[in-house]
Amino acid sequence: MSDSIGMPRVRVATTSLAGCFGCHMSFLDMDERLFELVKVVEFDRSPLTDIKHCGPCDIGLIEGGVCNAENVHVLREFRRNCKTLVAVGACAINGGLPAQRNHLDLGDCLQQVYVKRDGIEEGGVPDDPELPLLLDRVHPIHEVVRVDYFIPGCPPSGEAIWKFLTDLIGGRTPRLAHPLLRFD
Amino acid sequence: MGGKFLFDGRPVPFEEGQTILQAARAAGHYIPHLCWHPDFPPHGSCKLCIVKVGGRHVSSCALPARDGMEVESNTPEINGERRALLQMLFVEGNHFCPSCEKSGNCQLQALAYELDMSSARFAHFYPDRPVDASHPDVLLDFNRCIFCELCVRASRDVDHKGVFALTDRGIRKHLVVNAESGRLADTDFAVSDRAADICPVGVILHKRVGFALPIGERKYDEASICTVAMEKGE
Repeated sequence: MSDSIGMPRVRVATTSLAGCFGCHMSFLDMDERLFELVKVVEFDRSPLTDIKHCGPCDIGLIEGGVCNAENVHVLREFRRNCKTLVAVGACAINGGLPAQRNHLDLGDCLQQVYVKRDGIEEGGVPDDPELPLLLDRVHPIHEVVRVDYFIPGCPPSGEAIWKFLTDLIGGRTPRLAHPLLRFD
Repeated sequence: MGGKFLFDGRPVPFEEGQTILQAARAAGHYIPHLCWHPDFPPHGSCKLCIVKVGGRHVSSCALPARDGMEVESNTPEINGERRALLQMLFVEGNHFCPSCEKSGNCQLQALAYELDMSSARFAHFYPDRPVDASHPDVLLDFNRCIFCELCVRASRDVDHKGVFALTDRGIRKHLVVNAESGRLADTDFAVSDRAADICPVGVILHKRVGFALPIGERKYDEASICTVAMEKGE
């Protein structure tokens, strides 16, 4: 990627909704190419910057699906602010591991985990008002907002994320072909 | 009496009785498929092998080749329709690849790679399909069934046991086990059956061998399904 000192840098925001931060770890797996990337990219809201709210951005990377009310608010904030929104990883694309609860009753799940589980003496389902309300089902992000691109994988490799971002920033239509296109 | 037809503009010879898919494969051209298998008669249910002949959509696994036909297969239009079929299969079941033992060896997944499917596009159904782990050697995970009926056909026509069947219709269609209890353990199904090795996806799994092959060495990790399928004749 060419050095573009003096050029306005592309603003990128990232977040993890109902995810495990594995996709963010994979992002860091770009290793020394991160130095190349920060020459052309400036980070807005992201676990890397600790900025709490998203401002106007060029690219938003979303890891994880939508499992609670807070996820919905964050996702809508990203959609409002990002010109291009990208679903990163299995959970953002199809719900992934958290969506494995989707065929179960949410109340039963909470009872099983917080009340009936072995070793719990005085259990109770947490109901602190600080806790975001759970949705009855976990949704892929494209069921809640419009999504421009998808990077599958659990997680997608650093190589795949690098290929995608450099294509997008370079003005090429991003395309991940086999073997960078992976679902596992 | 054989002849020649045009496959994506290239001449392909055929012998009397050969289908478009068979003749194309014999000439080295891969056509995507899921329910078709070289050892079984055409089934024509998955529609992944659709091609356009004279402006009409046909199943290439079932239509006999005719002299002078003009067949379109590897075109943006047909591949787009194939991708939409795959996307519908993905949302209809629970295809959670990261936890599936078949991942990397799965034809559905490999075809999704081949046809550039980056998302399932539609809303997921998340159906409730409990697994059947009753059999000592084989696990059935119905979440991944694509209704190709290869296990039904293999068990009925090769093993002569009739262990599997599809029941109900439309969106309620599902795979069942032919036993009073509905459990695989209560049939004479054996791990050596043809039906135990025929599933193109991750429904019929041998126990105690899952994830034996590391990522990178699995069937479709490096080579694409079109290469593997033509090399191995499957």
